[in-house]
Amino acid sequence: MLFMNQNEFVKLITPFKDKVFRLAKRLLVSTEEAEDATQEVLVKLWSRNSSLDDYNNVEAFAMTMTKNFCLDQLKSKRAGNLQIVHTNFDNKEPSSDKILEDNDSLGWVEKIIDQLPEQQRLIIQLRDIEQYEFGEIAKIMDMNETAIRVALSRARKTVREFMIKTHSYGIG
Amino acid sequence: MELDRIENLLEKYFRGETSIAEENELQDYFSSPNVAQHLEQYKPAFGYFALAKGQKFEQKIPLKSKKRNRTWLSIAASIVVLLGIGTYGYFNYENENQNLNLGTYDDPEVAFRETQKALSMLSSQVNVGIESVQYIQEYDNSKDLIFK
Repeated sequence: MLFMNQNEFVKLITPFKDKVFRLAKRLLVSTEEAEDATQEVLVKLWSRNSSLDDYNNVEAFAMTMTKNFCLDQLKSKRAGNLQIVHTNFDNKEPSSDKILEDNDSLGWVEKIIDQLPEQQRLIIQLRDIEQYEFGEIAKIMDMNETAIRVALSRARKTVREFMIKTHSYGIG
Repeated sequence: MELDRIENLLEKYFRGETSIAEENELQDYFSSPNVAQHLEQYKPAFGYFALAKGQKFEQKIPLKSKKRNRTWLSIAASIVVLLGIGTYGYFNYENENQNLNLGTYDDPEVAFRETQKALSMLSSQVNVGIESVQYIQEYDNSKDLIFK
């Protein structure tokens, strides 16, 4: 197949590179780690270059790579060979992080979502934030659509429970 | 009316059964200023989803994989060169060793005599060659006579 040059590649990934980053951040939480993971995934994608034509949906493929890469990261971190990361010493904050801090109740939602099990976090990210169709989520998650709806429902209900609690405590 | 519909959609939403279009409808409703009071609690969730979608990846993508390939290539090349030099030296060494063992004579005296014999045979042949050169000298002489 044809070899893409860098410009063509950048054009190819522009529509979804932010989604890759947001998915990585949903799993890794730290902005810096998510940026590293995004770079890693995109460079891996670039190294596949001419074989990319074989994947008719490069975006879904990139999202799957991101999911797998970040889950591996988390696994090896849990296994103990962790790089003790700069998570808490993050100084440069993207603008939306700032908005989140300023807005207490939205910050709460993020905290609640980030405490969900990894699979539910991924699914709520892919559906409620990125608005993928269930068919696409099934492909990325390598699960069937019914299982995805069940997990999504569970995740949404957990978020609701927390929201009701915080609301009645008057925080929200 | 509208509130009924929103409540129904919300129920569907929590069962994981809404379509993207319906979820957008909910999103629109909760970002509007007139959310019913008993539904206020859902506002932050939908507000967060909209906000989170705006996060962008601002870093550069280090697409320099070609360079990395080249360093590997040069490492491979230098290994090949080293191997080449190594094998060349090895075989040279072998050859020299073999040269020392060449020859069929054990006694150097016999070898010397045989070498002399071979050389004198060679020189007698060379002399035959030189005799024929004498004829050419003759031609030169007569040529000189004619063209003074």
